[in-house]
Amino acid sequence: MSTLEKAIADTSYLNDPPGIKNWLFTLDHKRIGVLYLYGIMASFLLGGIFAMLLRLELLSPERVLMDADTYNQFFTLHGAVMIFLFIIPSIPAALGNFVLPLMIGAKDVAFPRLNLASWYIYVAGALICLYSIIAGGADTGWTFYTPYSTETGTAVISLTFGAFVLGFSSIFTGINFIATIHKLRAPGMTWFKMPLMVWALYATSIIQVMATPVLGITLILLIVERTFGIGIFDPAMGGDPVLYQHFFWFYSHPAVYIMILPAMGIISELISTFSHKKIFGYKMIAFSSLGIAFVSFLVWGHHMFVSGQSEMAAMIFSFLTFFVGIPSGIKVFNWVATMYKGSIDLKTPMLYALSFLFLFCIGGFTGIVLGSLAVDVHLHDTYFIVAHFHYVMMGGTVMAFLGGLHYWWPKMWGRMYNEFWAKISLALIFVGFNATFFTQFIMGSQGMPRRYYTYVDTYHRLHAFSSYGSWVLGLGFVVMAVYLIHSLFRGSKAPANPWRSLTMEWETTSPPIAHNFDRPMVLEHGPYDYDVIDPRKRLDDHRREVAK
Amino acid sequence: MSTQSAEHPKHLLHHFSTSQQQAESAKLGMWVFLLTEILLFGGLFLAYTVYRSWHPDMFYNAHLFLDRELGSLNTVVLILSSLTMALAIRSMQLGNRKRTIRMLVFTLALAAVFLVVKYFEYSHKIDLGQLPGKLYTFQGIEGDNPHVFFSVYFLMTGLHGIHVVAGMLTIGWVLWRTVRNDFSSEYYTPIEMTGLYWHLVDLVWIFLFPLFYLIG
Repeated sequence: MSTLEKAIADTSYLNDPPGIKNWLFTLDHKRIGVLYLYGIMASFLLGGIFAMLLRLELLSPERVLMDADTYNQFFTLHGAVMIFLFIIPSIPAALGNFVLPLMIGAKDVAFPRLNLASWYIYVAGALICLYSIIAGGADTGWTFYTPYSTETGTAVISLTFGAFVLGFSSIFTGINFIATIHKLRAPGMTWFKMPLMVWALYATSIIQVMATPVLGITLILLIVERTFGIGIFDPAMGGDPVLYQHFFWFYSHPAVYIMILPAMGIISELISTFSHKKIFGYKMIAFSSLGIAFVSFLVWGHHMFVSGQSEMAAMIFSFLTFFVGIPSGIKVFNWVATMYKGSIDLKTPMLYALSFLFLFCIGGFTGIVLGSLAVDVHLHDTYFIVAHFHYVMMGGTVMAFLGGLHYWWPKMWGRMYNEFWAKISLALIFVGFNATFFTQFIMGSQGMPRRYYTYVDTYHRLHAFSSYGSWVLGLGFVVMAVYLIHSLFRGSKAPANPWRSLTMEWETTSPPIAHNFDRPMVLEHGPYDYDVIDPRKRLDDHRREVAK
Repeated sequence: MSTQSAEHPKHLLHHFSTSQQQAESAKLGMWVFLLTEILLFGGLFLAYTVYRSWHPDMFYNAHLFLDRELGSLNTVVLILSSLTMALAIRSMQLGNRKRTIRMLVFTLALAAVFLVVKYFEYSHKIDLGQLPGKLYTFQGIEGDNPHVFFSVYFLMTGLHGIHVVAGMLTIGWVLWRTVRNDFSSEYYTPIEMTGLYWHLVDLVWIFLFPLFYLIG
């Protein structure tokens, strides 16, 4: 190890200050991001194990390894863990926490103590959810629909209370990011000089702070209803179960955009960086993030087309739902236009971005199909829905998350991952994912209802094929776990800017020092000025400076 | 950070360049937090709207059993406490620590009066069986499902009551810090943030009062 390398290792945020206690009481956004990363990875593993077991059970219409009640609990827990514990905090709280201050040239987020508190609240919420698994799980589905959720004998209260607590963690992250983006940008970084990831995180934070409180009050109402029988959602007592659905989806539809918007932010970074080309339509991409955030609050009724809401309401919600396609389309076209005539470097993060584009388009288009009233009457509550949201959530958000994880991996740990094994893993995930979920589109369009423990023989081959696909998918993640953990110890040393990107987080060492930058940051060029700056030349200059 | 100087006062955290930037960030964060509070109550206001529009007569009949005088008294008490809270901030802006302490104590006392009045109202209703949902045993309110009125009433005033308690804890905390001499005319952000929160708690009550006590 050269003296320079040793100096970097000693002053990196990973070692300065050292010790587990300093990690657990850290106020450093980078460390908190890493702590979140541990949390969401553990949750992803847990939710993934549930998913694999569910697919295993569905290999045959007869019992394979669990009874029907256990199956109901497992799909509920798979959904609740994946949504509340993994996907909502995944990009904003883990990656976002790490990169946001670096990207805007700040030393930290605006409220570091609130940031740490949000992680502890996340852990507390996760523990409450885990408790409900031990206490017998819940079997309502992650949506907790009344009246069943007020009547079933399973651990609904602890699971909903866990989700309620997790909501606070999400709100605190949102408040923190909004204040950080408004007040802590480096001098010279005007709103339209911010990286698009920051715009996406901003739009996400707005949804987090505006939608999550409504989920909070909904879950409280559900808990009070279950405990005291207040009758708000009970038709026998003058209440209305459909009101519960309105409450629930007023949060949970915008929540879908909490999941997808930051993913879109990552894709903007990846596509511009690996095409070495100025992003096409910067302002349109930025505004479309805000547009999606705005429209997200007006479409919740499309989850309730067959719930008994008025036909007029259903028509308006259907019409508004189509509007989501406009900002999403704007983004996709701009990304494709960015790649046009760029010098594309097919590194793993870029391959994830391309996978995202492909899978998100399928997920998005089937969303338009489901938003059409007449078609939805046929397709609602079938595997078509299951396939649609897995294409958006996993094919979209998880792919972007993995792309971002690989992209910022060198910055986080100062080590490179193995490019060869990363591509093998990506290939397995891509093939496995499509085998698992495209099959479900076919099953769903043929009428296979979701959440069923068993099925008629017609669907046997398709169900079995989907389960085989899930094994390939699972294998891909195992490979990834192996090479990522391996890279932490044996990976080659990462340079400060391995991708020759122009955003600010690459101007500090990999891994960064505790206070992020060795000098007060001032914006010298836009985040995507590949047309005026040759990053190759800049890198050489930088090296020469370091050598001096 | 241990040394106090004009450029780098003790309260200034390392990641801010100026006190002004720090104060503005805190203020923005607090306003966003208040927005989440409004949305939290918003859900209950929506539930209120739905059930009142379904049972307008029952809501009218049931509201006659709320004590208007106690409700009015509590409204006056809370508005007064907002005034003393605002005066506490003003006093600290002028560097008058003693007056700040006095005003914060007044605010705490008024908040306690509010809770005591609420306690008498609640216990009276509990005695009569005017309770939410299945617990409702009272006879004598005409209309469908009178228990729904009390479900909404207890939920909304209960959640508001929890906010009053949280506000008292926060006021107690800034009071302790004021006594400890943490604040000056240069730095009083925590008092100001507590004030913003307290005004919101007051404001929610100003909507609850007419919606429950003054229907007819």
